[in-house]
Amino acid sequence: MNLSVNIAGVELKNPVMTASGTFGSGKEFEQYIDINRLGGVIVKGVANKEWLGNPSPRIAETYGGMLNAVGLQNPGMEVFIKEDIPFLRKFDTKIIVNVVGRTISDYCEVAERLQNEDVDLLELNISCPNVKEGGVAFGISPQMAEKITNEVKKYAKQPLIVKLSPNVTDIAEIARAVEAGGADAVSLINTLIGMKVDVHKRQPVIANKIAGLSGPAIKPVAVRMVYQVAKAIRIPIIGLGGIMTGEDAIEFLMVGASAIAVGTANLLNPRATMNILDEIETFMKTKKIRDIKEIIGIIE
Amino acid sequence: MCVDKNVGRSSCKIIYNNQIAEGVYEIVFESASISSLAQPGQFVNLYSSIGSRLLPRPISICEVNTKEQWVKLVYAVVGDGTKEFSMLGKGQTIDVLGPVGNGYEVEACETSILVGGGVGTPPLLELAKRIEGKKLIYLGFRTGSYLVEEFKKYGEVQVATDDGSEGHHGTVITLMNQNNADGQRIYACGPKPMLKALQQWAGERNIRAQLSLEERMGCGFGACVGCVCKIKAKNELGYTYKKVCKDGPVFDAKEVLF
Repeated sequence: MNLSVNIAGVELKNPVMTASGTFGSGKEFEQYIDINRLGGVIVKGVANKEWLGNPSPRIAETYGGMLNAVGLQNPGMEVFIKEDIPFLRKFDTKIIVNVVGRTISDYCEVAERLQNEDVDLLELNISCPNVKEGGVAFGISPQMAEKITNEVKKYAKQPLIVKLSPNVTDIAEIARAVEAGGADAVSLINTLIGMKVDVHKRQPVIANKIAGLSGPAIKPVAVRMVYQVAKAIRIPIIGLGGIMTGEDAIEFLMVGASAIAVGTANLLNPRATMNILDEIETFMKTKKIRDIKEIIGIIE
Repeated sequence: MCVDKNVGRSSCKIIYNNQIAEGVYEIVFESASISSLAQPGQFVNLYSSIGSRLLPRPISICEVNTKEQWVKLVYAVVGDGTKEFSMLGKGQTIDVLGPVGNGYEVEACETSILVGGGVGTPPLLELAKRIEGKKLIYLGFRTGSYLVEEFKKYGEVQVATDDGSEGHHGTVITLMNQNNADGQRIYACGPKPMLKALQQWAGERNIRAQLSLEERMGCGFGACVGCVCKIKAKNELGYTYKKVCKDGPVFDAKEVLF
């Protein structure tokens, strides 16, 4: 049985990765799972310098989902390079660095700093709804998305994935723009912008007021968007959004994703990725699928 | 039989689950790993069996028995998730992950002061068992009390209630002042106003205090960075955000910025 897939020239042993911001750099998961089994680890967003993130509360549960407004808290690229890359290199898995910034030059600085570091792919995060500047501002206009992709490509040595925001009228248009800007792959979707009010206290539950919705509640939206983007571009797609089971992952593959990322599910069960991998293998065995690539994009 | 590894999310058999006060329940379940690993002040994640309720409910560990391999928690019904737990009975199972978090650093001294407020009192029970020396135990409640008899086995217990229905009418802090409470170490868990007052109380007397904080959590094991608190730092802001679930929930009072 062959589970390997290829993203922009990088061979993953299987299509299962971890979504940025739900797995840290894997340290919290080492005691629960075999990180070697993962196709890749997409690490938590890395900025050029330390970001403090948003005030508390940052988290709320919603029906079948969760809201978060963490605000990309991270210790900055130097700490990441010193501590997290050596940690992840102990394992036989691919390292994908999610790059965040407030300005185009912030993003370029991180890409440049990582040029000679041992990482496999970069993921440009232009879709985080929880930061005021940068982030999503680049992800909702096709012109801006193309421009930032083009600029970061000048500094990036590793292949560049661009992570797309679902908070747009036509996601296929943004996907085409980043493809034109030189992206080597896209990942989608980031969280949907949401809000929750505590009616007893008459105030928003989250300190940042608005937040990103993730979890199984958003999966149908994500599947639809991957389907539409797959029809619009030729570069590979990493699909994510509410994947809880192996069959959820297969849905994304069938509509055109070459790989998938598990996000919120990691938070409810640190072993989620392992269970999903087992379930994909069982599905393939049961359906006599010898190569995972047979089912990628089979939905017309 | 000793399991010395956190086994991740797993199903545990309930030995009993009883109401001990209005809206407050005591649940005891079997777990070889949690009962042998748990340190006072640590907590576990309890999971709903209903798919739409994704996030764990973090509940502090009240008591463990390594030999008999059980874990006791005391929790308040505050929403649909904890309401669901309250309906579970003997022989049923519940999904648990733990122990998680950094608990209290147990230090030997002549007199320790333990201060609990409401559902912040349970984690002090396992702590009281493990601290040597004299223990002054101050427990505050809104109305009525629970676990007082258990605490009496380990130290001198004083109760305060907001409505005066039991013990001292007022807060634990006023009761401590009234009694001229004195000791070398303070361990506390309870609502933010109580912890803030204790931080000042301990600071004025130069007594080391360890406070267990609470925050809304996503994962409860350090991955999501959702449950942060402000910890003093030497930067331009004067603070940084630390994870309550992993760096805490117990912090030194001197570090915390309320």
